[in-house]
Order: sequence, then C-alpha cells, then structure tokens
Amino acid sequence: MTDYAIRAEGIGKEYRIGAEVDRSPTLRDAIVRAASWPARVLRGEAGGPTEKIWALRDVSFEVKRGEVLGVIGRNGAGKSTLLKILSRVTEPSEGYAEITGRVGSLLEVGTGFHPELTGRENIFLNGAVLGMKRAEIQSKFDEIVEFAGVAKFIDTPVKRYSSGMYLRLAFSVAAHLEPEILVVDEVLAVGDAEFQRKCLGKMGEVAEAGRTVLFVSHNMSAILRLTEKAIVLDKGRMVHAAPTREAVDYYMASGFSQSGERVWQPEDVPADAAPFRPIALRVRDPRGAVIDSVRAIEPLTVEIEYELAAPIQGLRLGVYLQTVHGEVVFTSFDTDTPEMFQQHGTRAAGRYVSRGVIPADFLNEGQYLLGFNASTFRVKRYFQDEAALAFTVDAMGAPGMQWTEVRLGPVRPALNWTIEAQ
Amino acid sequence: MKSTPHSPETIRLQPGKGWAPLDLADLWRFRELAFFLTWRDIKVRYKQTLLGASWAVLQPLLQMFIFNFLFGNLANLPTDGIPRPIFTFAALLPWNLFSNALNEASRSLVSNRNMITKVYFPKLLIPVSAVMSGIVDFAIAFVILVGMMVAYSVKLTAAVWALPGFLLLALTAALGVGLWLAAWNLHFRDVKYLLPFLSQFWMLASPIAYPLSNIPAEWQTLYALNPMVGVVEGFRWALLGGEVFPATAVGLSLVVSFLFLLSGLFYFRRLERTFADTV
Repeated sequence: MTDYAIRAEGIGKEYRIGAEVDRSPTLRDAIVRAASWPARVLRGEAGGPTEKIWALRDVSFEVKRGEVLGVIGRNGAGKSTLLKILSRVTEPSEGYAEITGRVGSLLEVGTGFHPELTGRENIFLNGAVLGMKRAEIQSKFDEIVEFAGVAKFIDTPVKRYSSGMYLRLAFSVAAHLEPEILVVDEVLAVGDAEFQRKCLGKMGEVAEAGRTVLFVSHNMSAILRLTEKAIVLDKGRMVHAAPTREAVDYYMASGFSQSGERVWQPEDVPADAAPFRPIALRVRDPRGAVIDSVRAIEPLTVEIEYELAAPIQGLRLGVYLQTVHGEVVFTSFDTDTPEMFQQHGTRAAGRYVSRGVIPADFLNEGQYLLGFNASTFRVKRYFQDEAALAFTVDAMGAPGMQWTEVRLGPVRPALNWTIEAQ
Repeated sequence: MKSTPHSPETIRLQPGKGWAPLDLADLWRFRELAFFLTWRDIKVRYKQTLLGASWAVLQPLLQMFIFNFLFGNLANLPTDGIPRPIFTFAALLPWNLFSNALNEASRSLVSNRNMITKVYFPKLLIPVSAVMSGIVDFAIAFVILVGMMVAYSVKLTAAVWALPGFLLLALTAALGVGLWLAAWNLHFRDVKYLLPFLSQFWMLASPIAYPLSNIPAEWQTLYALNPMVGVVEGFRWALLGGEVFPATAVGLSLVVSFLFLLSGLFYFRRLERTFADTV
C-alpha cells in the first residue's frame, strides 16, 4: 500500500473550444468529411474541425496521506481543471493520477439542490449526490442543520431561502462529508465573514483529523494558515512546488509587476461574466502615469475600464486592497455613496471608466494586491479577480521615516497630532 | 463519529479509450443516489401546477376521448370486439408510460448538467431514475383503468400475472432508446426538436387506436419490429383477455428492446467520459 493519497504523473487536459477553425476546404477534404459525418455524429463531434487548447499540461506532484496541499494560481491557470480531474468529474487527456481513498469535493456547493424541495429534503439529496450513505446523513442531520443555522426553515422549500441561508446549508452538507481526501475550491468566497470563519475552522478540523486536503484559494492568508505545501500553476503548467510560505512568495513575486496595469483579453473573461466585460485595471500617479511603484506621500488613482454589453441594474464595481499575506486592508465600491448609487446604480450598455483615489499618507511601505469585483448586491457576481494587480508602495518621505525601524500594519496614516503643554 | 480503519483502494485516473465496461459494481455502490434522484423527480414533477397529480389521470382520459372521437366516431376502426373506451385506455397507459419515460430520459442529462460538471457519480443513474419516476403516473392512471374494467364488467384471466412483465418491457425499450437520445442531446440539442415528432410518429405506428389484426398479415412481422407493438398488444391481452397470445409481437419486442438497451448502455458509457466537457 502506498503512502500517498494522491500521485499525479504528467497529467494534462485538452479542451476543444467551440470555434471552428476556418480553412478553405478542398474537394477531397469535403468528401472525406461528408463520408465520415455519421461516425463523427456518433462520437458527438459537432461541425468541422475545432480548435483545441491545453487547460493543464504535464503536471506532476504527490500528496502524502494527511497532508494539506495548497494550489495557487490566477484565474485560468488550470486550478479548477486539476481539481475536476482529481475529483473524477472529468478524465485527463494524458498522464495519470492515482488516488487512494474516497474523494469528497467541494467544487461548488449545493450541487443537486432543487429549489422546490425543502431544506430537509435537499440535505438528503445533496448528501447522496456527494456520496454519503443515507444512514450517514441521518446521523449527522442535526449537526448539519445547526452548523448552517437554518433550523427554523428546515421544512421550507429552499427557493424561499435568502442566498446566504442557501449557501450556508449547501456548505454545511458538504462540510460534514468525511472523505479521506477533501478537495476544496474557493468555497470561502461565499457567505459573510462570520460564516467564512466557521468554514475555515471546519477545514482546519478536517486537516487536523489526519485527512488529506487539497485546497484552492485566492485567499493567501487562508492558504498560509491551512497548508504546509503548495504548488503554483500558471497557464496550465506547474511552475513551482515548495513549502507554502516559499510558494506564496514566489507567486507574489512572479507575474504581478505588470507595470501597474492588468489587461483582460476577451478570451480571459469567463462566459458567465456577460454582459460585463473587464478591459483593464490600472494604478496611476497624480501626473497620470501608469506605475507599479507608488510613493506613500502621493495619492494614487485606481482606474477600472470595462464594457457593458447590456444595461445592468444596481451595478457596483469595486476594489479590494490586500497585503501580500492576504490581510484585507479595505474594500471600496464606486457606488458606495447614495448619490453615486442614485446616479450610476443603473448603467446603460457602453464603455466606462471608474476611478477611485487612495489618499496620500495612507499606505505603509511594502507590496499590495488589488482585487477587483463587479457585482450587484446579493444578486449576481459578474466578475471577480482577487489578485488582479500588484504594486509597491515606497515610503520615502512618509511620516516617521526618520526612524528606520519597520512599522507594523498595512496602513501608515498621517494623523493630525497635536501636542500641548498642560 | 469514528470511522473504521480500513485500507482504501487506489483508483487510477487516466485517459480512457474506446468502449468502456458497464461497471455495474459502481452503479450498485451508488444505489441510494438512484433512489434519491427518482424520489426527487417524482416530488418535483407536479410542483407549481394547479391540478397536481390529477394530470396523471386527466392526460390519458382526455387522450382517450379524442381517440374515441377520431378513430371511433369518424374513422370507425375495429377494436377486436372490445368496448372502445377500454380498448383505447388500456393501450394508452403503457404507451404514456413509455413515451413519458423516453422524453424524461432524453432530456435528463441536459437538465442535470449542473451535477454532471461538479461531482463524480455514474451518470447512468440519471436516465435510469428519469425512467423510473414515470411509474407513479402510471400507477395513478391504472386505478382509473381498474374502475373502467369494473364498469364494463371485464373478467380477469390468469394472464393478468404477465402485466408487470409488459411494464418492464416498456421501460426497457424507453431506457434503451432514451440512453441514445440522452447522450446525443448533450452534443446536439436537435434532439429537443426531434422528440415531439418521434413520439407522435411512434404512437401512430403502434396499435393504440387500432388492433394489430388490422395490419395485413404479411406486414405484421415487420410492423412488430416496433417494440411497442408487443408491449401494447401484450398489455391488452393480459388485462382484457384476448384469445390468442401475440407471441410473435412479444418475442420481437423482447429482442428489439434488449438490443436497444444493450447498445444504448455501451454507447452511453462510451460517451460518458466526455459529458462533463461538452455540457
């Protein structure tokens, strides 16, 4: 018996993307294609030759039993594909992986939930979908309900739940699975802070119970807290594997200093973002130059350029500012004030730029990450990239710089001190 | 809760090629999920409808009236000496069971795509539970049929014991064809447009409004390649006690249904590995 819970050897996944490759067919091609049409229909290949892309390529790693492995990477790096392969949702196109033990996945909570069924009914259904036995669900039922905090509404159809309740119930079922290997993707992005803390606690418990966990997140502090080792994916390749702190540093240092600008090509944007499409996120100095290193004594402007293919009601665009260790410094939306929301809450189709100014004498020195989010409150999150852009703050001339010691804390505000002799 | 120590088996995930084995052991492991999926399909079937489960009765009743008018009053087709309402109704029940099962199964993968792309489980369970969930409708309508049989004082014969067999045969045929269509439907949504035609055409090609004896003798064997011919005729025979057992039709139906089922199963398994990527 092996000591490994997961052993991946050169796994890769190729996807066919819908667009047909345009090429001028010869008569011979046409005849060959026509003749093989029935066979292609049977194999489920629509239309003509299509373009293929590798979402994941040549990824090899091992996870020992009881180990917690973090998977880091930007949007589209292949993290979700990797998890889908390991949780057997899809097969690899090359290479192989060996999995020892039952795999439980939290790829997306609430899978199999039916809006017309009650909370109670959905717990059983969802539990069965996740591979739990009826008796197992029965024995954990009260625990699940209590963890989700929906006891009062347990016999109400879940379509009447608030989205928060719905997510809490869904996560709660999944969290009470007891698989040997737990695969977790981004679940911490849901729910309020209180619930997120509960989730992290639960994950910690799972890890302490000696089970193997594969944890994907944009939340670097959660990765640092929960995992011992991490791998870094970039454009489908594994670019780094190391103890977590080292991997996080590598990730932070690489690919982010994109000269103060992050540009999204149309193909980088997931289809479900529509009608929203991000174009660019930039950091500018007071003179309007796009920069990746800002001075603490100057204000800096965060600029979001985007396009709406259709009008969106209640839209808010915002940024999260994080330290490289994942502590959130602040969150701010462009329609935070009632006047702005009144005026811009509903935006017609078209191209826009939202700008926000981070005041001078506010940030401490060091590296910061700008995250970006476009959403409507409690309705839909169109797009989110929690680590879209990094920039460095240079503290030259900032308050207290005459003392060379390191100042703790993400901010270094210039407070209006007064000193009076009494 | 303490989990019992055991040495879990190692699974190897690798690219699959060609035909896949049916892996019945895996289906068995997930039997509880099959139960829950069927139960869910039954529970939500008539949610948010005004008349609820009465539809299971109303649908075949209304069909029967229309058929009686069209094929009785207007076309005056023969009924082998059986009162027309009961002749038609006894055929509509297995037919509706079959056509509902076929419809539900064909659409099942697409309507459950959310699950397919998120968790692992044998996908075969989805069309299977879609087919099974139609049994409740059948059972409800069957009560009406029993009432009609009492009203027309139809005497039961020993043949009635064969009834469950014909039901099973209808479900087998529906699942067999449904597996093909469900797998296709994922790739080509044309199936959605094809289905209504297929159902309608298939219905007319089955002895529902007319008896098998109405078909010229030399064509009957060819006609009976339609597996529903054996099912419908067998159903009538078991319930209403015809003199002759429609042996050829039932035999052919058995063979054709199982061919559909077997080929459907393997075809489905072969395409299954691409489901999550194509949905």
